[in-house]
Amino acid sequence: MSNSIHVEYFALFREQAGRADETVETNAANPGQLYAELVEKHGLTLEPQRLKVAVNDAFVGWEAALADGDRVVFIPPVAGG
Amino acid sequence: MKFFEISGEALSPEQLRLRLEDPSCGGYVAFEGWVRNNADGHNVNRLEYEAYESLAIAEGNRVLEEAIERFGVTRAACVHRKGALEIGDLAVWVGVSSPHRDEAFKACRYVIDEIKTRLPIWKKEHYASGDSGWVNCERCAAHGHDHAPGADAEPPA
Repeated sequence: MSNSIHVEYFALFREQAGRADETVETNAANPGQLYAELVEKHGLTLEPQRLKVAVNDAFVGWEAALADGDRVVFIPPVAGG
Repeated sequence: MKFFEISGEALSPEQLRLRLEDPSCGGYVAFEGWVRNNADGHNVNRLEYEAYESLAIAEGNRVLEEAIERFGVTRAACVHRKGALEIGDLAVWVGVSSPHRDEAFKACRYVIDEIKTRLPIWKKEHYASGDSGWVNCERCAAHGHDHAPGADAEPPA
């Protein structure tokens, strides 16, 4: 059974995906699988080793279980300050 | 009172420092980060900052709480800009007040260092050449550098 996941894109990923957010129907069990799908779909260029992941506004690991309705953000290398 | 903020408006240190006033404090240390006209040999004309605000604010407040706990300062606050900035604009302000100066200097340094590496905030540089790039994503990636902060989570297999 697939989950409905809300994905938000920032900075480089917003430009590469051509959108700020979208809702995807996916069988991805965790952020790692979801990222692989989005690389395929949008041509996101960054290696997962360089990213962090947030689910529902909290940092999580790549193996965290995704649930229906989750809000996921893949975080490119940051550059504040 | 909000301690960490993201602002779409110009920052005023004279206003911001009022947040740090406390009769028990004998010192106030502030850091101002300004937009520079060069980066790694490129002439920079202007910048854009973009933030994942809900998580940046939560993480920014964690950093400030850590600084207060770790160094025993009385107050700590930080405001980061978002949006389009010009050369010389104030991009980030950090302020700390404490009874004595030593812990205030250390806490201020801690806050700006952690803010730069932990908060989901991105900077796009627009160069005099007409090119532009997201710092640490495109420009450094093209040179084979990896500035990814805290890449401690296990990547997917």
